[in-house]
Amino acid sequence: MKRFADLFTALDQTTKTNAKVAALAAYFAVAPDTDKLWTIALLSGRRPKRGVTTTLLREWAAEKADIPLWLFEESYPIVGDLSETIALVLPPATRSSDKPLTEWIEIVRDLGQHDPPGKKRIVLEAWDSLPSIERFLFNKLITGGLRIGVSQKLMTRALAQATGIEEATLAHRLMGDWTPDTTTFDDLILSENPEADASKPYPFYLAYQLENLGDLGDASDWRAEWKWDGIRGQLVIRRGTHHLWSRGEELITDRFPEFAMLPDFVPDGTVFDGEILAWDHAEDRPQSFNALQPRIGRKTVPKKLLKEAPAVLYVYDLLEHQGQDIREQSYDIRRTHLAEVIGTLPNDAPIRLSANQPFSNWDELATLRETSRERLAEGFMLKRGASPYLSGRKKGDWWKWKVDPLMIDAVMIYAQAGSGRRANLFTDFTFAVWNGNDLVPFTKAYSGLTDAEFRKITAWVKRNTLQKFGPVRQVTPEHVFEIAFEGIQRSPRHKSGVALRFPRMSRWRHDKPMQEANTLDDLKEMLDQYG
Amino acid sequence: MVLEFKPKGIYCPAGDFYIDPWKPVERALITHGHADHSRWGMKHYLATEAATPVIKHRLGDINIETISYATARQIGDAKVSFHPAGHVPGSAQIRIEVGGEVWVASGDYKTVDDGLSEPFEPVKCHAFITESTFGLPVFKWDRQEDVIAGINAWWQANREAGRFSIIGAYALGKAQRILANIDTSIGPILTHGAIENTNAVLRAQGIALPDTVRVTPDTNIKDHAGGLVIATPSAMNGPWARKFGTGASATSTAFASGWMAMRGVRRRRSADRGFVMSDHADWEGLNTAIRATGAERVFVTHGYTQQFSRWLGEQGYDAAVVETEFEGESLDQVDPEVVA
Repeated sequence: MKRFADLFTALDQTTKTNAKVAALAAYFAVAPDTDKLWTIALLSGRRPKRGVTTTLLREWAAEKADIPLWLFEESYPIVGDLSETIALVLPPATRSSDKPLTEWIEIVRDLGQHDPPGKKRIVLEAWDSLPSIERFLFNKLITGGLRIGVSQKLMTRALAQATGIEEATLAHRLMGDWTPDTTTFDDLILSENPEADASKPYPFYLAYQLENLGDLGDASDWRAEWKWDGIRGQLVIRRGTHHLWSRGEELITDRFPEFAMLPDFVPDGTVFDGEILAWDHAEDRPQSFNALQPRIGRKTVPKKLLKEAPAVLYVYDLLEHQGQDIREQSYDIRRTHLAEVIGTLPNDAPIRLSANQPFSNWDELATLRETSRERLAEGFMLKRGASPYLSGRKKGDWWKWKVDPLMIDAVMIYAQAGSGRRANLFTDFTFAVWNGNDLVPFTKAYSGLTDAEFRKITAWVKRNTLQKFGPVRQVTPEHVFEIAFEGIQRSPRHKSGVALRFPRMSRWRHDKPMQEANTLDDLKEMLDQYG
Repeated sequence: MVLEFKPKGIYCPAGDFYIDPWKPVERALITHGHADHSRWGMKHYLATEAATPVIKHRLGDINIETISYATARQIGDAKVSFHPAGHVPGSAQIRIEVGGEVWVASGDYKTVDDGLSEPFEPVKCHAFITESTFGLPVFKWDRQEDVIAGINAWWQANREAGRFSIIGAYALGKAQRILANIDTSIGPILTHGAIENTNAVLRAQGIALPDTVRVTPDTNIKDHAGGLVIATPSAMNGPWARKFGTGASATSTAFASGWMAMRGVRRRRSADRGFVMSDHADWEGLNTAIRATGAERVFVTHGYTQQFSRWLGEQGYDAAVVETEFEGESLDQVDPEVVA
């Protein structure tokens, strides 16, 4: 595992993208194929199945470090990472090992087959034969979620450098339902015609928020679609079966049984890109995102929920048509094919076409955009008629043109430390608005401030803590923050009676005394207007 | 009680003095020159000879008396002496004896010899006041020679690549510790003004430090290509640091701090490297130091106080947490106006 640890160290010791890509490319040039394949798997979020609980790991680590378990548990949130905490508390290794990454992964993968004493013996032996960084990585292999500051995009770029294969091609090859146990480096990466995988999706094209409408040029080059808030999904129909992928490359076919009927009507070799929405069939329009929410985490869907929140795929693009990858063709051509395919479907098929909103100039569209909230829409998507379907987040051809967020000024009343990169820093806050002389909590927010601002507020929280409730600190009400959010809903579960969508801190209102923060009545007014 | 914990600081009623008070008082005994231990506004100060120049440099025209290490002085009914704490040059643990009972207030300390400060000496006592900045079992320092070797190798590699190496370190203590131990044959060493001011004070009192170049607006950076730049942590992300190179010729950045033991902190600082080097004791250091005092009572002042005092309690000490305004080692130096 030394080579993998050296790679990890090199990646961890620089903040510069080029240096990271160079380190990865160098690794891909020399590592054995099985290690390369596992490295790709790990960096794209795949991992061996967990064979031992973290509870046991904690107990063993505390025992080996000769400290009480409570002290280990107190240290963990401060370090912010379990694997690292274990690596830090353990005494130095007394042996060494030169097993390659793949062999360690096999050990981790097979852990589940042993009885608890067997697991313990294997884990303790590993800890005792690995130096600090390798020990940390071994723990990460067990617990999963190795984040080493390398995006899939960066990894793909490095792999392109090492293999000479084009980045976009590699991005596509890396998609889908593979694991190192089901494929080889040759089959997955190098093979010209990879073993056809009926489920393999295409990389999603992701849009940025529009910066300046003036940069887009002539309105006639652009198409507009209403943007609804649902779950981005890619529906792959091949060989008489269907597979539904989320943007996070998760296979979510079983969560939306509505789509099971589609292979009967949609020809093989069709891939749709769209938004999964909960549909109001009576009004023939989307329900709010809240209706869809209970379905997100569920692997099996109860009948009642299927009835209350029936899903449709709101399709906006066609990536594969008659078995051909048509991503290189223009949006307008793809949309023509898309309309044809949709036109052949029965009316009760759970598919709706994301229609183009006609407009003759930008002003007209801007006026329409103002009505987004009434339509439960987030705004418009703008797409260039001549553009191909790109992969990943790219500027230029697709833009999100969302309505401005809603804003409210609120007082910070609780603070909690973050974890990982944000451990030891107060980053999770609870905010309140006034109800008479009381402050009523109504939302939490974690993001939106700069690191420097988080450091300032952390120092302040330490000096202004009124009470501690476990990890949560009640602080002196004093600081006002502007909270931006995308939507507001009635919520009987919350004390304030409302729940916000995507709340974040948009500004620290140093200029505002806390008495001037907004009130619960202001929130209720927003609820009446937009809820 | 030999010492009491008061709103203004740690107080000795027998001698009517405070140790490292955070509010103005009549008479203050000062363990060392860091800002959270030596504050402005005391009528009389008492500190070690080696600590005094920096304290005067920071606080200006104050009424300060000096004392040698291990020299007893009677103040009222208290017998007082200062003993090396190994934290920074001149830093002291203060021993107070009243009617045969001995207490020691240790300020900040570390147990390893850093090659710069007077090495820590354990002092037998009945009650020991300890910090716990790094009072968790996750903090274990590597040997100083290994850390220094890491810094040397990093600097050497950057120099060969034609880059500046810029390292963030405390202006008093850490910066000079690096200077005193680094391989000066690698290249030129440049310093931030705040650090060079402290260097000048320490050199004037006879502490040997290698030659350094003070960075001023007139400094021609190109004359010192591939140099090691020692900066205050707060200067690391500003325009001051950027003049040593950006883009393709970007500097390699590092911090030297005990907090660098944690990967999350290191990544948050978005420095290329984090060298784990602290002027505070690690877990083992704290436990060894406390054991060596033979004390039965231990008061824990700053750091991971709750956890460390509970641990000490389980080890059989009569341990308690004491609220103070000491800060220990902090990477997050904050503009006081914003926080106030």
